[in-house]
Amino acid sequence: MSIRSALVPVLAVALAIAVGAVIIALSGSSPVDAYRALIEGSLSDPKSIGRTLEKATPLVMGGLAVAFAFKAGLFNIGGQGQLVVGAIIAGAVGYGISDLPWIIHAPLALLVGALAGAAWGAIPGVLKATRGAHEVITTIMLNFVALNLTDWLASKVWREPGVIVRTPHIEPSAEIPRWGEIPTGFFLAVVAALACWYLLRGTTFGFEIQSVGLNADAARYAGISVRRIFVTTMAISGMLAGLGGAIETNGIVGRYEPGFNAGLGFEGITIALLARTHPLGVIPAAILIGAMQAGGSMMQFKADVQPEITKIIQALILVFVATPIIVRWLLNKREADELSVSSTWGS
Amino acid sequence: MADDAKHRNVLAAIVYRLRWWLVTGALLVAFTLWTGEFHQAQTTAILASTLRHSTPLVLGALCGMLGERSGVINIGIEGQMLMSAWAGFMVASATGDLLIGVLAGVAVGMLMGAVLAGISVGLRGDQIIAGTVLNIAAIGITSFFFTQGRTLPSGKLLPIRLGPLADLPVAGRVLFSNKPITYLTLLLVPVVWFGLFRTTWGLRTRAVGEHPSAAETVGISVVGMRYLNLILGGGIAGLAGAYLSLEAVGSFERGMTNGKGFVALAVMIFGRWNPIGAWGAALLFGYASAVQTQFQFRDWLTSDPQFVGMIPFVVTIVVLAGFVGRARPPASIGQPYSRE
Amino acid sequence: MSQVSEATPALEAIGIHKRFGGVVANDDVNLRVEKGRIHALLGENGAGKSTLVNILFGLYRADRGEVRVAGKVVNLGRPRDAIDRGIGMVHQHFQLVPVLTVAENVVLGDEPSRSHTMFDFGAARRAVQELGERYGLEVDPEAVVEDLPVGTQQRVEILRSLYRRADVLILDEPTAVLTPQETDQLLEVLRGLADQGVAIVFITHKLREVLAIADEVTVMRDGRVVGSTTPGETDEAGLAEMMVGRSVVLRVSKTPASPAATVLRVNDLCVDDDRGLRAVNELSLEVRAGEILGVAGVEGNGQRELVEAVTGLRSVVSGIVEMDGHNITGLSPRQISELGMAHIPENREKHGLVGAHSVADNLVLNQYYRAPFARRGFRQMDTVTEHSRSLVADYDIRTPDVFTPARALSGGNKQKTIAAREFSQGARLLVAAQPTRGIDVGSIEFVHQQLIDQRDRGLAVLLISAELDEILSLSDRIGVIYGGRLVVVADASDLDRIRIGRIMTTGFDDTPAT
Repeated sequence: MSIRSALVPVLAVALAIAVGAVIIALSGSSPVDAYRALIEGSLSDPKSIGRTLEKATPLVMGGLAVAFAFKAGLFNIGGQGQLVVGAIIAGAVGYGISDLPWIIHAPLALLVGALAGAAWGAIPGVLKATRGAHEVITTIMLNFVALNLTDWLASKVWREPGVIVRTPHIEPSAEIPRWGEIPTGFFLAVVAALACWYLLRGTTFGFEIQSVGLNADAARYAGISVRRIFVTTMAISGMLAGLGGAIETNGIVGRYEPGFNAGLGFEGITIALLARTHPLGVIPAAILIGAMQAGGSMMQFKADVQPEITKIIQALILVFVATPIIVRWLLNKREADELSVSSTWGS
Repeated sequence: MADDAKHRNVLAAIVYRLRWWLVTGALLVAFTLWTGEFHQAQTTAILASTLRHSTPLVLGALCGMLGERSGVINIGIEGQMLMSAWAGFMVASATGDLLIGVLAGVAVGMLMGAVLAGISVGLRGDQIIAGTVLNIAAIGITSFFFTQGRTLPSGKLLPIRLGPLADLPVAGRVLFSNKPITYLTLLLVPVVWFGLFRTTWGLRTRAVGEHPSAAETVGISVVGMRYLNLILGGGIAGLAGAYLSLEAVGSFERGMTNGKGFVALAVMIFGRWNPIGAWGAALLFGYASAVQTQFQFRDWLTSDPQFVGMIPFVVTIVVLAGFVGRARPPASIGQPYSRE
Repeated sequence: MSQVSEATPALEAIGIHKRFGGVVANDDVNLRVEKGRIHALLGENGAGKSTLVNILFGLYRADRGEVRVAGKVVNLGRPRDAIDRGIGMVHQHFQLVPVLTVAENVVLGDEPSRSHTMFDFGAARRAVQELGERYGLEVDPEAVVEDLPVGTQQRVEILRSLYRRADVLILDEPTAVLTPQETDQLLEVLRGLADQGVAIVFITHKLREVLAIADEVTVMRDGRVVGSTTPGETDEAGLAEMMVGRSVVLRVSKTPASPAATVLRVNDLCVDDDRGLRAVNELSLEVRAGEILGVAGVEGNGQRELVEAVTGLRSVVSGIVEMDGHNITGLSPRQISELGMAHIPENREKHGLVGAHSVADNLVLNQYYRAPFARRGFRQMDTVTEHSRSLVADYDIRTPDVFTPARALSGGNKQKTIAAREFSQGARLLVAAQPTRGIDVGSIEFVHQQLIDQRDRGLAVLLISAELDEILSLSDRIGVIYGGRLVVVADASDLDRIRIGRIMTTGFDDTPAT
């Protein structure tokens, strides 16, 4: 990826922040105060950095999930569903098994959570491979199904006795520790990003995925089983999201609660696009959005601006990053690297 | 005698073509009657509820259809509905006038349609990403600008009874004493059908959707048609949003569309991009939602309501997996159009 | 026939200049078309002919220069402007909406309507019928375009221009998809139109047609007009030389084949197309090592399905495909490729290359997973790069380097890339579908020579082509496909152009056996 194309997201973010400032001003508050509070709440001291990285961790996984699927030309909006499935399964393994040494319990919970996410992601993959059902709708539908399902599991099957609907706290042996203020889960996310990057670049499997994403017809003619790629890619994508949920549950929250990390599907898309679907680019993008989320409450407290403004900024970032002609105008490039996922609709 | 034979054949041909619809309809009617224990009030409630649930789905499907028939995917219907529901509610509660609220909802829907057109047609951005932007923006804006505790001063829209027809058993309650937007929806279905298949606008729309360069070659502006259709469709989605907040519920809640915009896409596909087909599909989906009441009557799954809540989404998936691979969308869908 | 005409030309292009990015497509081009005359515009692929007529039709805007219709300067910003000025165009890739009927397609954009919104189906139908009768182009107005054969679809395109009272009719490579007999019919129709005063511009790269029908010829090369002449003043060789700029080998020289054992055997093959209709109907053929079997036929007679069935890309309804005695029916494309079959697909952009991948990656597109290009799932990029560099050199592929994305290459170089890949596999059978479609003459010569060389080294070649000249030039044995069947298979020496053309058109071989 050239320096010039890396400049695109930077400019897009700058533009979005500028527009966001206008909106804040219009709603009666001071943009300068707002942004200052935002930075204070997210990046000013180890504690706030820790909060930022905490928020960033599931975003990295969610962004990886979407970006990985994009490589095969698949649009995975089911990140949220895959995430909660992974989260609750990890939480269940976390509290349901006792007397296991930490070295086994914690990784096991993560693994099972990841596999649950993989299974949930594989469903739309299979449907697309065998029946041609477009994954945009099936993944979104499965999000709702997953939310209902995990809701039911948390209120009936794995319910902590009491009034609040949630699972019991996980055993200490299943917890993922922190390293000072930094959640270890973040390092796991970085490792996952590196693994994805290497997989796509250096393995034959990665070559097949990219070939399918760039020209599925030619890939087929070259002997690649496009259907197999659809299923495995969606499974890996789901696995990444599920792992994100597992890390969040066992590393941060400690249990599964409904209403958990809502909206991650769309945030994952924003991050993947900010990163131009590059696995390593997901990391700085997630830190950026994570900072916005972490600083949100400080922004509300100090500058009296509702944190939802960050969602608007995210939408603006999405627009500016994804639209080729704006990009072209921004950089005066001759050929913008175009992002396109619509070509597989209806196929 | 020959004429009778000919008419019989035509009828037979129609029955044959619609056989799956008729079979499904018959099965559902039987199911309803059985679970309602042949009780009139419960049957009526189910059918009325079906119509209620299907209304936003039909409208959403019509919106998606106008876009896709001219070659543009619109997955932002959910966002359009949500924003319109919010806008309609805010305006209606501020002005006290429900009609103005509905118009505000329609206007917002059209505006969002224009934005979608601007990004995907004018700027040639990816259509699915453009739709996703609409959705994210809608969630953000409606949450950001929403203040709790507002109400509609005069309550929600009231049913209009169509004279003596409204006194008929079952049909009277279900068909002839509905609220305004519901009536409008029932009218829109044949109107859109007529527009698509009997007018020059419809012919051009379909040409643009199937083979845009052919249309451009004969002087039709592909860009213009797409803008027009997305804005019109946006208005219809706006109507759906206004329906939700002003006619069905009477207030606004965050995320109140709850996936209906996406279910509407399945309805559109299941209906094969045809207004009449979409209407039938919407009724089917509406029935799936209405059936929750049935379950309550029979004490089924009352302690596990989540499974009932899943039904529309599972049905959508099943429909997609079963049908969409075999149904063919307009050919130019998803590809940005440029002349050079 | 070459009188100096005093009348104002129906259409004139003066000093046309058009640039696309770094490429000059038209450089100071002049064209003059008289009323009632058939003017051929000749040039090889990439010469700039299509650009010029697209400017004349308002699809592109010239950077410099002017266009005059009947002597008056016109401003053609969009096709609508050209149509309103009486210019009509029949495109190489038909601009018809497949799912609409003939009548709907013909009147689209100028629809007859009642009360301005409702579409008048009856008026449209009548218009099509009247026009058809007047110009000898009868078509059923209610037929759906995608169900019609290609030659009939072309009629619809012509009718569309006639409906708008075109004075000038431009046809872009109209005979590319027609049988010889259909071509004759078309040329008759055009002659009739010219006699009624229509000025006709006829783009082609087929020398034979130019000599057969044109009143005047303008030859273009590399974006410039290199000469104007008439059929009376030149011949095929002369035109070819103007087209390419040097003397051209019109027929590749080859020694007779010495075929050995049978490599490919197809027996009673039945294959369905995407719509479930039978496309290949009990077809049988054999290809032996060291020979080229050329299958001639107009597109749409089952060639695509045949190729896909043989290469494993499409499932077979019944019948057997055997390679070297092994039954390969129903095997996956990869398995078949590993057993020794190479494939040059007819659509190089869609099926042959992944445009965004580098030339190097494309050159190993079917072997990337095998040693030495990968070990245990990890790619060995050094080996890939080395291998691709040597192929680029051997096959004279013009590219800045092997890391350039394949889509940046010209058509001819793309085809050479695919050829390089397929020829270097050590395959025993090559299935080549339309291998020289749309590429420059130099590349055509190269590919043809490669095919002959490989044949001489023992490769069995199944060649599918709609270009009769190519079939006649390369094949040792020739078959003609029609309606999914091989109507005849014989030695090339026993078949001639006329007989093949008749079979391609009618499906019957009614030449008495000698």
